[in-house]
Amino acid sequence: MTRAAPQSESVVEAGYNFAYLDEQTKRMIRRCILKAVAVPGYQVPFGGREMPLPYGWGTGGMQVTASIIGRADTLKVIDQGADDTTNAVNIRRFFARTAEVPTTEATAEASIVQTRHRVPEDPLAEGQIIVYQVPQPEPLRALEPREVECRKMHAYKEYGLMQVSLYEDIARFGEIATSYSYPVMVNDRYLMSPTPIPKFDNPKMDDCPALQLFGAGREKRIYAVPPYTRVKSLDFDDHPFAIQQWEEDCALCGAEETFLDEVILDDKGGKMYVCSDSHFCERRRAEGHRGRLSEGAAKAYAAAVGADVEEA
Amino acid sequence: METPSPLLRVRNLTQAFGPLLACADISFELHSGEVLGVVGESGSGKTTLLNCLSARLTPTNGIVEYDLRGRGLTDIYALSEPERRLLLRTDWGVVMQNPRDGLRMNVSAGGNVGERLMAVGARHYGAIRREAEDWLAKVELDLGRMDDKPKHFSGGMQQRLQIARNLVTKPRLVFMDEPTGGLDVSVQARLLDLLRGLVRELRLSAIIVTHDLAVARLLADRLMVMKDGKVVETGLTDQVLDDPHHPYTQLLVSSVLQV
Repeated sequence: MTRAAPQSESVVEAGYNFAYLDEQTKRMIRRCILKAVAVPGYQVPFGGREMPLPYGWGTGGMQVTASIIGRADTLKVIDQGADDTTNAVNIRRFFARTAEVPTTEATAEASIVQTRHRVPEDPLAEGQIIVYQVPQPEPLRALEPREVECRKMHAYKEYGLMQVSLYEDIARFGEIATSYSYPVMVNDRYLMSPTPIPKFDNPKMDDCPALQLFGAGREKRIYAVPPYTRVKSLDFDDHPFAIQQWEEDCALCGAEETFLDEVILDDKGGKMYVCSDSHFCERRRAEGHRGRLSEGAAKAYAAAVGADVEEA
Repeated sequence: METPSPLLRVRNLTQAFGPLLACADISFELHSGEVLGVVGESGSGKTTLLNCLSARLTPTNGIVEYDLRGRGLTDIYALSEPERRLLLRTDWGVVMQNPRDGLRMNVSAGGNVGERLMAVGARHYGAIRREAEDWLAKVELDLGRMDDKPKHFSGGMQQRLQIARNLVTKPRLVFMDEPTGGLDVSVQARLLDLLRGLVRELRLSAIIVTHDLAVARLLADRLMVMKDGKVVETGLTDQVLDDPHHPYTQLLVSSVLQV
């Protein structure tokens, strides 16, 4: 599975430092990471650098990855759970070229997993680091536009307002309708946005053996959840936190307890649900698991993807 | 007989903005269950005084002491900031002149009332909602509009919602800055009636800043008349309004339009 590091021309010869960023910047970011790990959930400001791709494409996550990656590391990059989407492919190739590290699609083989919007289905292990790309690090932003006020609320642990947003959900929809970026309390102290991962993944953050790092490039913030830290999703006593459920299983591998994407197959209402974690799904199929559409499923899937059909 | 200690004691409070003296050397005491009216023309320092009293503007000079539960009279500006903020959202209430400053316009009426409860740790949706309903009923808001946003409310409704939002944690002291400002007279009358009832029923202490002497007459036990940052006259409301001593108070009282 793991692809060997490219042995082409050295990055140094090409005029770039190892892993793109200069050493001073890496040291600065590493100091921020250390601080973030020391104060779980606290947003540490850092001097974000220009990266060779636009904000919103993972500049924060890339800077964190560039600062921690070494020649002995193996990198996995996912976007919405998939290894083969544009963002994931580009970032993986970027580090394969600038850091000359081996890359992989297998979660268990990676020492660093950079992710956008998902936590892999395979449980993370001790020694692994997962790097989240964060568009908006401030969970209170939508409710309190003043930055100074937000910081005070964090400093004094005044998080009643976040609860108000959940109250509004129940008042309007009868249940907590927030399905991604679901706010969590880290280590019973800081309110944290888990980035736009679906709330399905929130329980995976709790007591996770891997180190979790979060980088927001545009907002220039880094925060972290050290291994085995308590991460609790906010809720009400009479409306407890619950993850998403699907009526169907994965159409390709038959998995029952994974996060599923809806894939539209034709213009007559045909659709299927497939695991959003592409590597997890592939491995299960290789192991012989079959789903509802396994007969010709690969064909249907390829047709859907080939036709560039948007996932719902 | 021992006199009970005041709820709020202000000594030599002065607030200067550069050369401009907004409040000069103001001292007074407020006892539990008392309603103090602060009257005076625009620019006389009423709102600045209220901001200083309600821990939102550190005075240049002077001491504001409040009878904290279990701690007795305490200088509020010697408290740490989180303690002051906690005081502001539990034992105190602040009703702003403009409801847009005191409400969250994008949060439903129920959420606005429930916010203070959640801020002090309430985590049971049903209980929060019942409490909010109870308070909306108390301020005579239609429960059918509980899940509507205050930006769709009329001015009078917004003001009543603001009052409910402040009273839900059962504060002992409420600061009000022109609570009837910008409302037409019939709505004003209903709001005043409501406020008078709540103040008596809940044994609230209140400091009400107003330029409207009729509001002061209806709500306040005592009056403080301000001019150019100074208190020119104090006394019982009836006494001040019916027998004004200071020339400025006389002018103020005689300026009220009679219908």
